[in-house]
Amino acid sequence: MSTVVFARHAMTAAERLRDAGWVAFVGFILGVPLIGLTTVDVGGRLAVNTRFGLLAATVAAVFAGRLLLRWGLDQARERKQARSAAGAPASADERAQGAQKVVTVLGWIALGAAVALPIFYSDNRYVVDTATTVLIYVMLGWGLNVVVGLAGLLDLGYVAFYAVGAYSYALLSTQYGWSFWEALPVSGALAAGFGILLGYPILRLRGDYLAIVTLGFGEIIRVILVNWTEFSGGPNGISSIPRPSFFGLDFARSAPEGEQTFAGFFGLDFSPMHRLIFLYYLILVLALLTHAFVSRLRKLPVGRAWEALREDEIACRAMGMNTTNIKLSAFAIGAMLGGFAGVFFAARQGFISPESFTFAESAIILAIVVLGGMGSQMGVVLAATLLVLIPEFGRNFAEYRMLLFGAAMVLIMIWKPGGLLSHREPTVRLNPLGRAGAAREAAR
Amino acid sequence: MAYALQQLINGLTLGAMYGLIAIGYTMVYGIIGMINFAHGDIFMVSAFIAVTAFTLLAAADVTSIPLALSFVLIVAIFFTSAYGWAVERTAYRPLRGSTRLAPLISAIGMSIFLQNTVQLTQGARVKPIPPVLEGGLVLWDTPAFAVQISWSQMLIIVTTVTLMVAFTWMITQTPFGRQQRSCEQDRTMAALLGVNVDRTISLTFMLGAALAAVAGVMVTVYYGVVDFFIGFLVGIKAFTAAVLGGIGSLPGAMLGGLLIGLIESFWAAYLWAEYKDVATFGILCLVLMLRPSGLLGRPEVEKV
Repeated sequence: MSTVVFARHAMTAAERLRDAGWVAFVGFILGVPLIGLTTVDVGGRLAVNTRFGLLAATVAAVFAGRLLLRWGLDQARERKQARSAAGAPASADERAQGAQKVVTVLGWIALGAAVALPIFYSDNRYVVDTATTVLIYVMLGWGLNVVVGLAGLLDLGYVAFYAVGAYSYALLSTQYGWSFWEALPVSGALAAGFGILLGYPILRLRGDYLAIVTLGFGEIIRVILVNWTEFSGGPNGISSIPRPSFFGLDFARSAPEGEQTFAGFFGLDFSPMHRLIFLYYLILVLALLTHAFVSRLRKLPVGRAWEALREDEIACRAMGMNTTNIKLSAFAIGAMLGGFAGVFFAARQGFISPESFTFAESAIILAIVVLGGMGSQMGVVLAATLLVLIPEFGRNFAEYRMLLFGAAMVLIMIWKPGGLLSHREPTVRLNPLGRAGAAREAAR
Repeated sequence: MAYALQQLINGLTLGAMYGLIAIGYTMVYGIIGMINFAHGDIFMVSAFIAVTAFTLLAAADVTSIPLALSFVLIVAIFFTSAYGWAVERTAYRPLRGSTRLAPLISAIGMSIFLQNTVQLTQGARVKPIPPVLEGGLVLWDTPAFAVQISWSQMLIIVTTVTLMVAFTWMITQTPFGRQQRSCEQDRTMAALLGVNVDRTISLTFMLGAALAAVAGVMVTVYYGVVDFFIGFLVGIKAFTAAVLGGIGSLPGAMLGGLLIGLIESFWAAYLWAEYKDVATFGILCLVLMLRPSGLLGRPEVEKV
């Protein structure tokens, strides 16, 4: 094997300045129409406001940022060259294994913290509520991870399955009086059914077409929910959805005739926090079940087939694998998990409307999976936590949240060539030393 | 009958705009094989630039309509091409040669980024401008219904046809067109023969953005309102048009745009207006399932 070395001379100070100046100039051109000028509504008519101070500040920031970035990248490259010249570095596999151990430990710590959280914050409604939201996104992220991370199918309409789950529960409970526990498996199955229904015709498509069609499907579901008023309540949505009960015990102040409340049964004083904490543990259990389920699946033949498909579809077909069925199973399982999350969402909110199931929501879930590292379960937890917590730091952060996430999606793709895909290790492999090890063996 | 004729005119106008944007999708797909998901948002940026430019002109008391329109077009094309160039340079070029999903995800990130940049810098409210071109030509006056083509509709159709002719000439007759087509066929071979591939791809993005800029100005003139979210739906529809016509084929993009525009306006007029977006998405799914190479495209052969 030969390696291509790109020799690049060290940049002189003048070159650095010229480079940064050029980037700042581009920044200036781009900034003029959007940052330098803005239209504001003055008495029903638009007027143009100038913000040249802001523009100058942005251009200066771009200039400084480019200088620093260039310098930082050069430093990093030099250090890397020095390291490879100094001798054999630790192999990528060893480093990956070390990192894996740290991640495992972190995972257990996070689990402990998640279990203990309501105990320490048992009277802080805000914390428990936020943590519940984080867990919903974690569960959605894990569900989508099956489709995107494991099977390598880019699904931009994941929110459709979330919506199917939520609306199934809402309709089954408000129209037919089904309880949460009865509706949960049925709604999951319905979502999976939708997944198969959608997936069957389109899974023969190539990756990027698939992405657009799933996006279209997500929008179709939303448009139908908005317009089919008799069925879904239209834009007003469905309200007063029953809350889940604890094995038949309601979380109410007073129980109807012949029944008991949760507080009454356990001899506790009634507190609205009981329900919140119960919901928190409920989604925690659902999320952990999802995690266990997905981790087991990864080791089964179907999971291996997903990963193989992600790495090379043509090779899979050459090996006689039925790629359509494999994709379909990933799609259906991802959809089912999204459906479960949707049921929980409907039960927790007590009210749903098509507003909650827009493309932006799909994009957020995808951002969680991409930023966390496709295929990485812990990464999803981290990204979901960040995504939900950033807006909580203040209004400014909330405004910039999607901006930051959009930029982060681009940057992650650039800095980890091939996305985090290249970092992702297959769950099983023939040679325990791995590809790098095998290559070294062969070279000897 | 008169009503149908009116729908035909409306549909053609709509289709011309979709076609202009669809060319951006189809050219980029042809040359680097990726769906430029941010293209719809490039279009949206140009609509905002047009709003700012029109407002500036109104403040400067420019009343001559041809002067105002050409000024706005030039400004919009200049800045929007800069955006097209910058998007390619930052988000796509570093990803050339990586996996198939990476540029697509990067493009989605870019789309989210552009949308939120515009929302933050220009505000989330709808921006209305006073009508630029009022009135029109009554073509056929029946007692029940007057078929009319407005000046702005005429402007859109004429501009689009002119641009199409110019564009076809450029792709088929000029050195740049030759380079562009050679890169489309085989990038490595083109590079070996002395074509500057990076420059050609950049120019392709700028051209696509310039056409989207024209569409953005036209939408601003036609509807008179823009908001930061218009890029999403229009982008999807234009992409559908590109797929319907056969992605990678320029006449296909135009044909697909016209068809989508016609289908949309007839669907909205005779069937259910509220489900017109469903119609577009339905067509997209059907075309991809039944005839992925589109009406005028070549079937794609995957080589290992």
